[in-house]
Amino acid sequence: MVTALVSVDSRRAWRIAAQVPDPEMPMLTLADLGVLRGVEIGADGTVVASLTPTYSGCPAMAEMRAEVAARLRDAGFAKVEIRTVLDPPWSTDWITPEGRRNLSEHGIAPPGAAPSGPIKLTLSPTRRTVPCPRCGSADTEETSHFAATSCKALWRCRVCREPFEYVKEI
Amino acid sequence: MSDDHVYLSLAEGHDDSDARWAFGTGFEDPLHGVDQTVPEGTDSAQLAAFCLALGDDALVSAQRLAQWCTAAPELEEEVALANIGLDLLGQTRLLYARAGQVDGTGRGEDAYAYFRDADDFRNVRLAELPNGDFAFSITRLLVLSSWRLALFERLATTASDPVLAAIAAKGAKELAYHRQYAAEWVVRLGDGTEESQRRTRDALAAIAPYVDELFADDGELRTEVLAVLRQVTDAAGLVLPEVAPVPGHGRDGDRTEHLAPLLAELQSVARAHPEATW
Ligand SMILES: [Zn+2]
Repeated sequence: MVTALVSVDSRRAWRIAAQVPDPEMPMLTLADLGVLRGVEIGADGTVVASLTPTYSGCPAMAEMRAEVAARLRDAGFAKVEIRTVLDPPWSTDWITPEGRRNLSEHGIAPPGAAPSGPIKLTLSPTRRTVPCPRCGSADTEETSHFAATSCKALWRCRVCREPFEYVKEI
Repeated sequence: MSDDHVYLSLAEGHDDSDARWAFGTGFEDPLHGVDQTVPEGTDSAQLAAFCLALGDDALVSAQRLAQWCTAAPELEEEVALANIGLDLLGQTRLLYARAGQVDGTGRGEDAYAYFRDADDFRNVRLAELPNGDFAFSITRLLVLSSWRLALFERLATTASDPVLAAIAAKGAKELAYHRQYAAEWVVRLGDGTEESQRRTRDALAAIAPYVDELFADDGELRTEVLAVLRQVTDAAGLVLPEVAPVPGHGRDGDRTEHLAPLLAELQSVARAHPEATW
């Protein structure tokens, strides 16, 4: 009986933490982004939420930790602990299908498959196709490797002429 | 919201642990809630010194990159250099936090960044050289990111400390983007106009004496990094000259005259207001 209650509670705690929006891409929840690695309730009732940072320098990490803790406390969980998980490192492969849909709908191109293993330097122009999130055309080009946040690059569409952001595979 | 002062009003109703408005609280610790145990058989003092040196490389590099803000040739490059600096600053924070956990002092990241003098820094000297022109900064970025990437890829699988291994695994992904960006620019500059080629050749000549200290006695690392650099310089129609290294070693505390002024600027606010939080 106690076990059943704990499990109901931990599912509820997960749902609450999962719904916290990402501070920089608010169309994504922390669960969509893949940074919420787990929510567990310990024997003493402490809720432990595990978060992983996207980039080492992600300035939103403190905000995420604080928001998850605040929402769990507001939902009646008296003891909340946030843990940082560094291993394995976050990958854009963890962005959920739902998250990818939400990115597209907001004009941000979702990432392709992340590279695995040691990364080789390629100097030939890469022919990666990033379809335009607005018109779907594959006739697009990169204008900058880096954009307003570490996780995105700047692209533009040659057909509808719109610039757009693209979440880089990592 | 009883107070007219907007900052005071915002701060109301948030206890310290919320950290949303009051930075400098626990949630700001980049290793918040990470298991701190140092594995048995790992020398804590050595591990701390190594984390500190890798953190120093990244902090000094990040500060140099930040100096390009409002001065880069194009907005896109300014954004790129700032982003790369931010990644490195993030790596610095993780490494300093780890150093503070294992060196027994319990110091936080700010103690290392703001309250050590130039003589206490252990970064490689290439990182502290002034920015020069865009060709110098981009060529230095290529050398440093290629080296750091090779080092981090190795640490990710071989570091005896799981925290350092995780920091390296994460950082390697970021460094691959830094190297890619810098490599494409070096090729563009070397393969560009006479002027851009001349400047990039000068940059390589100025950098060459500082390359040796990146490897110390690590021949395997040297071979791996020099192969990547050769791939880029070949494509750019340039050569990294083989020259006698500058005497001394940044890892032993030898400094150029350029680090102290850089740190003076970086540390001025924190030293003027030592207990401030923001
Ligand atoms: Zn389009």
